[in-house]
Amino acid sequence: MAKLVTASRFADPDAAYVALVEARRGLTVEAAADLDAKLVLILANHIGDIDVLTEAIALARNVQDR
Amino acid sequence: METAADKARFRYGYRRSPDQDAGAAAPHPVIVVGAGPVGLTAAIDLALRGVSVVILDDSDRIGEGSRGICWSKRTLEIWDRLGLAARMVEKGVTWKLGKVFCGDDLVYGFDLQPEDGHKMPAFINLQQYYVESALVGRAAELDGVDLRWRNKVVGLEPRNDHVRLAIDTPDGPYDLDADWVIAADGARSTLRELLGLTFRGVTFDDQFLIADVRMAADFPTERRFWFNPTFHNGQSSLMHRQPDNVWRIDLQLDRAADAVAEQQPARVIERLKRILGDRSFEPEWVSVYRFNCRRLDRFIHGRVIFAGDAAHQVSPFGARGANSGVQDAENIAWKLAAVLRGEAGFGLIASYEVERAQAADENIAHSTRSTDFIAPHSAAERRLRDAVLALAPRAEFARRMVNSGRLSVATVHDTPLSSPDEAPFRGPARLGAPVPDVPLRARAGTPGFLLERLAGTPEVLYVDDGGRPSLPAGVKLTVIGDDLIDETGLFAQRFDATPGATYLLRPDQHLAARWRAFDGHKIGQALGRMLAR
Repeated sequence: MAKLVTASRFADPDAAYVALVEARRGLTVEAAADLDAKLVLILANHIGDIDVLTEAIALARNVQDR
Repeated sequence: METAADKARFRYGYRRSPDQDAGAAAPHPVIVVGAGPVGLTAAIDLALRGVSVVILDDSDRIGEGSRGICWSKRTLEIWDRLGLAARMVEKGVTWKLGKVFCGDDLVYGFDLQPEDGHKMPAFINLQQYYVESALVGRAAELDGVDLRWRNKVVGLEPRNDHVRLAIDTPDGPYDLDADWVIAADGARSTLRELLGLTFRGVTFDDQFLIADVRMAADFPTERRFWFNPTFHNGQSSLMHRQPDNVWRIDLQLDRAADAVAEQQPARVIERLKRILGDRSFEPEWVSVYRFNCRRLDRFIHGRVIFAGDAAHQVSPFGARGANSGVQDAENIAWKLAAVLRGEAGFGLIASYEVERAQAADENIAHSTRSTDFIAPHSAAERRLRDAVLALAPRAEFARRMVNSGRLSVATVHDTPLSSPDEAPFRGPARLGAPVPDVPLRARAGTPGFLLERLAGTPEVLYVDDGGRPSLPAGVKLTVIGDDLIDETGLFAQRFDATPGATYLLRPDQHLAARWRAFDGHKIGQALGRMLAR
């Protein structure tokens, strides 16, 4: 039974995207990857559900990069 | 090379005005500087409200390039009130669907007007020169508009209760006095320079190539946007239909691209062939542009009122430039007319700045976000953007973040002219915003729409419950259920109407106040607030 929510949950999705973009403004790809790694850990702990985390990892891995 | 004059679609002659022989500065209530969509809309609106207007423009022609092509529903509703939307909608290409592709795959589609029951479509595409020539034609029908070509403002002197303008013409200089000046003279505003005003905001170093091409093609009538397409080296691209078999193709270039080289015909044709294949086409207008997202701190400087690109500028993604300018024009026109007639307090003029600065900030925020998504600033930002695009086909949350431009809609103004609701109302009608259109049948049986039946004065819509309301002078009463019949039930739905519900509308069709029951005293108070009395 899927627990991962992929429906949009932000009232203003553009504002959420901008927050993520502005967090990496001026960073190199590598520095942004470090930031993202910390973000992943923080948000994973906030979710606190191993099933959701496993599903999210599967979705991220299975998506074809463009 | 063609000269600018060769490319002009419409030319107008300079004519000497009697004011130039007056010996002293002739006084006028309102002078509009700039005969673009914003200045012309303001002048026509004022003239229809009984205020005579002089428009000054330093050029004598329109139509160097298609420029703005997307005209929004709200803009069309304004032009319908001014009596010229029908010819524009007839000539224009009506559309409401958009598709967003990543690579060559469709990731996302949108419908800007999924519901029926509106007179005007979500958008039409129409070359700006057609729009301007329709506006010039309408202005010529009105005695109240005096349009003076090749009149260049070269000096501006604020006086106690008016402004003196120094003007250059082919016959030499003359002066004019105006109670109020509307500065609608565009992104490179002369009046802004004369007042020494500067912009606050961001200049982007991204470059885009516009190529309008003439070709017979059966591509669908929808806005099509590509991220990372194979046909354009992974840069963003847009294709959009215009009348006369003209297609707008908008291509992102490298930041370092040579703008002059990119406009060479051979180079443009080579790029276009990668998109259009072997189909025959003819480039009609080519331009490379950069853009700004910025505004003046204040739109009102004494008796000079800035509107449109002269006051604020946005990136083109979202069609928020000219459309917001036309809404500026409508906003200031009724207010100036009411103040000049002595029906309203000076605070009404100040409310223009309160309301339209909110709109400018909203438009700048949206167009900046779109630009950040379309043209990421760095490799790190591009990774995030591409991750959203990769997830989009599989996850709805990512589709909602895909941003190829959030298209212009009317602003909901948080304004001192509105009276707060005393009882809750649901539905799309919002205080401080234009009321939604709905189909309504006249008592005599003629079908039609609400907005086209509004008088352009303060107006009360009252849902019949058998009462006999009486109103303050100068306010028109329309009884829903008697004067106009809500056959479809859409008025009830969009206004959350119940018997006795009463709505006070501004002359610009914005909702100022509403109540569950008619109360003449409350209407009087709300009217005073609406007119800053």
